[in-house]
Amino acid sequence: MVPLECYIGLSAIIFMIGVAGFLIRRNIIIMLMSIELMLNAVNISLVAFSHYLQDLRGQVFVFFIITVAAAEAAIGLAILVSLFKNKAAVHTDEITEMKG
Amino acid sequence: MNIPFPDLTPAIPEIIISMVATFLLIAELVAKNKSPLGYIGIATAAIVMYLLPVSRGETFGGMFISDSYSTYFKLIFLINLILTILISLKYIHKEKADYGEYYSLLLFATAGMMLMASAKDLIILYLGLELMALSTYILAGIKRHDIKSNEAAIKYFLLGGFSSALLLYGMSLLYGITTTTDIYKIAQYLQQKETTPVLLLSMSLIAVAFAFKIAAAPFHMWAPDVYEGAPTSVTAFMSVGPKAAGFAVIGRVFYVAFYNLQTDWTAVFIAIAILTMAVGNILAIVQTNIKRMLAYSSIAHAGYALLGVIAGTNEGLNAMMTYLLIYAFMNIGAFAIVILLHKGEEIKDYDGLAKSHPLVAAIMLVFMFSLTGIPPTAGFIGKFNVFMAAINAGYTWLVVIAVIFSAISAYYYLRIVMNMYMKNMTEEVKIISSLALSGAIFITVIAVLVIGIIPSLVII
Repeated sequence: MVPLECYIGLSAIIFMIGVAGFLIRRNIIIMLMSIELMLNAVNISLVAFSHYLQDLRGQVFVFFIITVAAAEAAIGLAILVSLFKNKAAVHTDEITEMKG
Repeated sequence: MNIPFPDLTPAIPEIIISMVATFLLIAELVAKNKSPLGYIGIATAAIVMYLLPVSRGETFGGMFISDSYSTYFKLIFLINLILTILISLKYIHKEKADYGEYYSLLLFATAGMMLMASAKDLIILYLGLELMALSTYILAGIKRHDIKSNEAAIKYFLLGGFSSALLLYGMSLLYGITTTTDIYKIAQYLQQKETTPVLLLSMSLIAVAFAFKIAAAPFHMWAPDVYEGAPTSVTAFMSVGPKAAGFAVIGRVFYVAFYNLQTDWTAVFIAIAILTMAVGNILAIVQTNIKRMLAYSSIAHAGYALLGVIAGTNEGLNAMMTYLLIYAFMNIGAFAIVILLHKGEEIKDYDGLAKSHPLVAAIMLVFMFSLTGIPPTAGFIGKFNVFMAAINAGYTWLVVIAVIFSAISAYYYLRIVMNMYMKNMTEEVKIISSLALSGAIFITVIAVLVIGIIPSLVII
């Protein structure tokens, strides 16, 4: 049987890839994908914990995360489409109407 | 397997708000004129406010709790909802963002905040947080044809999504350590265990995610851009609601679940609070756009309210709650004046306002005094309570720092007062008034003055 540490390690690695992608890449679509990657890393670790603890709460949590992630992707893409209609840009360096 | 039907009484406020929000979404399809939808929203909020005291108890298998703590926060959210609808009725029509979804989303966001305040389980907390966040992303971008509004929405969305992913990772680690997602059981479990690095990592990830939600430095970068780009009424809503909801979950998670780690999280929050007050107050000085200035001011106010959390006592928690209620009135009031003035977004638009519109200038003066914390306004009471709680808990040096930053804040608040009363008019400012907007300004200014004179009304 695969030990718990392997799953947690995998989840940590995927999460870090997601964080790095979000912070380094400047394309909004890629940043969205990085967020999804982070959420799925969380799902892996929750399912692994749930299996090893013999407790169903973790898997219930995963269902909710998957649902919310779908809604989040839909809203993010909708916002991106309305932005793209006004200004053909998907690069964060080009979206600088306001300087913060 | 036989699952008993849950007792719905404690969750009645949330259920009513969500049902009316769904109804508004359908009614929007047939309604030609959208403002009745807004009035339905106000009526619902008023009814729910009346029902709040009777909805007490625990339900849904102990995942949802309605106690005096959550009720106080729900009161803040409902006041925020009512005032926001009042100031938006005319404004969103003028901005050509007159979609019926607007009111529906405001109600959904409020339902999410109420769910957060009542969460006794990390799953409910996450769901409430996302319901609130997803609705506010759309609200920030509701002016579809305005590039600034789009930009605000996408920035808010990206950073909000990132912060909720951090929150989830923290929660998953916490679940792995404690084998449960129930906040009170986590507290029981942590009492018997010693602190491990993984537990500290999970606590810091959760703290960072909540700091994003309350716009505390160094996780405040999104706030000024989002507050400037979003429609002003939505900015007023966002600067009070999600911030108060963030404080509600900070209180619940850190005071209950992480009670044993108090020394650890106090250190984290002290650093965040000092940085927040510094960034908010110093950067607000150089702003020329009033919405950006109020954004930095709201960052600074999050820093003051954090002092109540740092105190770590019930007195501190109560002071923080009172502060947020007072902040709701004075901040929405200030935004209502920004909406009242046609093109009132630049600070120089306020030059000589006292000569053309003496009453508007006098009301703005009250709000600016209150935000600075000058008696006899409510802002003074709020700050005084928070500072007293921190001093009683032994953080006198921190209060000294807060008072210094508070003195700095007088510069940029009173600059607006000076512009209004001592400068000459450059061009005539038009005001666009309506009954609802005047009503909102009247309510807020009365609340700010009355709470300032009779503070026992709000202090718990």
